[in-house]
Amino acid sequence: MMQSRAVVRLLPDERRLHLQDGPIDLIVEANGKPEALHAAYKAATHRFTTILDELCTELPLLRTAVSAGSAKPSGAVARKMFEAVFPYAPNNFITPMAAVAGAVAEAVLEAMASAAKLQRAYVNNGGDIALHLTGGESFRIGMVDRPDRPSLFGTTEISTGDPIRGVATSGWRGRSFSLGIADAVTVLADTAATADAAATIIANAIDLSGHPSIVRIRACDISPDSDLGERLVTRGVGELTAQEIARALDAGAAVGEELLQRGLIRAAALSLCNARRVVSPSIDSDRFIEPLRNAQHA
Amino acid sequence: MAEGFLENTIRCDACPVLCYIKRGQAGACDRYANLEGQLVRVDPHILLDRAKSQGTPLVPFLEREGEWDGTLAKSKDTFVTAIGAGTTYPDYKPAPFIVSSEVDGVDMVTVVTEGIFSYCGVKLKIDTDRYLGPERNLVHAQGEPVGHVTTAEYGSQMLSIGGVHHLTGGTKSEGRVTCETLLDLCNGKEVELTIDEGAAIRVAAGKPPVVNGEREERMRVGCGSATIGMFAKQWFGKVDDVVVVDDHITGVLSEHQAGKLLGVRETGIAIQGRRSTPGRYFQVANPGTAWGGTDLSDPLKILKPFKKKFAWPNLRLLMVSTTGEHFAYFELDDALQPVEKELPEALRQSVARIRENCEPAMATVLFMAGAGGSLRAGVTENPVKLTNSVKRALTRVTCGGAPAYIWPGGGITFMVDVLRMPENAFGYVPTPALVAPIEFALKKADYAALGGHVDYIRPLEEVLQAKQRQRQVASLAGNPWPLRPSQQESEK
Repeated sequence: MMQSRAVVRLLPDERRLHLQDGPIDLIVEANGKPEALHAAYKAATHRFTTILDELCTELPLLRTAVSAGSAKPSGAVARKMFEAVFPYAPNNFITPMAAVAGAVAEAVLEAMASAAKLQRAYVNNGGDIALHLTGGESFRIGMVDRPDRPSLFGTTEISTGDPIRGVATSGWRGRSFSLGIADAVTVLADTAATADAAATIIANAIDLSGHPSIVRIRACDISPDSDLGERLVTRGVGELTAQEIARALDAGAAVGEELLQRGLIRAAALSLCNARRVVSPSIDSDRFIEPLRNAQHA
Repeated sequence: MAEGFLENTIRCDACPVLCYIKRGQAGACDRYANLEGQLVRVDPHILLDRAKSQGTPLVPFLEREGEWDGTLAKSKDTFVTAIGAGTTYPDYKPAPFIVSSEVDGVDMVTVVTEGIFSYCGVKLKIDTDRYLGPERNLVHAQGEPVGHVTTAEYGSQMLSIGGVHHLTGGTKSEGRVTCETLLDLCNGKEVELTIDEGAAIRVAAGKPPVVNGEREERMRVGCGSATIGMFAKQWFGKVDDVVVVDDHITGVLSEHQAGKLLGVRETGIAIQGRRSTPGRYFQVANPGTAWGGTDLSDPLKILKPFKKKFAWPNLRLLMVSTTGEHFAYFELDDALQPVEKELPEALRQSVARIRENCEPAMATVLFMAGAGGSLRAGVTENPVKLTNSVKRALTRVTCGGAPAYIWPGGGITFMVDVLRMPENAFGYVPTPALVAPIEFALKKADYAALGGHVDYIRPLEEVLQAKQRQRQVASLAGNPWPLRPSQQESEK
């Protein structure tokens, strides 16, 4: 049954591997010698086929808010999720599910990198990406804030010398629920799981509480088993004034700065209603490059 | 299966997450949703793009990857397929998409729906001469009966998989496994099947079949007798006798009409098995997966001692299978016993020729289903008129844009080659039944005349601008464009 459930296939370009099982959907690509690629894809597939079952054995625990005294889950991927969200537990509502996509990407990437010598590789789990880099390699990452109208609002380049190995994006338009109104918050961090958790936290902070043109619905009214329970999640954002947009972005940027100071993230790009804000160390201020055609949404 | 929980909520059992899904919502995977209390598979709505119809099909993942180039579908060359369109289930309301567009000056209407088919199955053609099992025997998947062996065809074995009796007439588990097997076959995935008193096979549409662990490379060039007829001239003078070993009809050059006409001398060869006509033998061995679809690993087992009256020492004998895959060369010693020798170069060429005349073996999957009473109600208020319109070729039926063959006689029973449809065009509901796309294209005037839901017709441009997730794929090379009226097609 388990074997027949997961989809494992090479995409038509014959370079990228597509792995899908239940809600997990990964695009995987590695660069290296043909034998190494073969071994890496085999290892990725092998690791992948059990991940969903592993997670589901602890699903109730993973959907429970983490606090200082929380029981740790036992699975390897579940541990990554728990550890990624733990730093936020004292002051925020957060469950390990906030890092599930990044943690899964990381686990599959680790399996690949330990099975073969790869020049570079990535595992993209619906926009939450784990990276492997060696030597002079780098990745150029494009950012999208409107999944319904995909176009890049910026790019960033990550090289072997950077400490960054994880990229994650969160926003109310994405696949998961958000408590905030950000179109997209893209976070660069040391690992995919930490990036995933941080993106969730920053996106939640970009908010205008009580604003009449924001549509919010209880998470459980849409999805009865959501880890967010009765919390209100954003389902629509109407007209906002420039000041309101700036105020919401300021709130998000403040949280981003704090995470940057605490060493939890390396950089973040915030997007709301075509306005952007970048959080990065001053030494790295040109981390994100906006394309020229950016004005098109105005 | 999906069970009731709260009012309006079902529980999806497609994966271990076991999402509770409210009516009108999708599960965590975005692949399964609660449609009117039914668990259905949802995929992005697929639009066929005529402009990209040459070359390999494109399967962009634009929803997730942001690699989309930003082009919008051009309405003129776009056909709205039923894949991901949703269903009319339980069939009381008009089809989800009734789309109008102009084709060569004629107002065309396409009625697009995903049909839920309980009356459906797959006709599986497996190119092999190996023996798969006795006709009428059951075919199993995961231990459940899912179909049966039907006829042997020239170079192929036909299996029937699925059908309403396996889907809903047996145990729950039989229905579930049958549904899963059909879904995988239709979506081009590999399926493992075992046949009672026969072989274990692995098949996928368009791929070489694997019989008892061995990949089938080539079809036979013909039966043993036909092979003698085809190659007699090339063998004449280079060898004294040839036996083409074949489970169906084994051929012998010196006795065969083709050999006689060339003046091949009698060799005194004697074959085990039932002689049909001169030089043609049935049942030389048991069926199997070795030489020429028999169970023979040693071809000499089918020879009786040579008749002393005719045979001579040093007589040269070639034995070869109908695919050229197996061959052996013998010369008779002084006691007229065959002794294996190396194959002479001149004969090596003829064996290679047999091999190169064998077409690549593959498995072919034709989906067959009946668009029953209620599905037609999504198209028109008077369902029988749709049937008649299809029969008169005024309405063209396609499946995901691929042409469908409509059986003559009552109802709309159709067959379609799944390889001509876009990838992953099929889904299922846990009833169990398959969900397959079906489109009816006809002139707007004809649509009105048959009592169509004209009030629900939406212009193509409006459908293309819909907010719902859509993705464009190329129309497959070789498929006629679904919107060409059939009359024009025949004039070409």
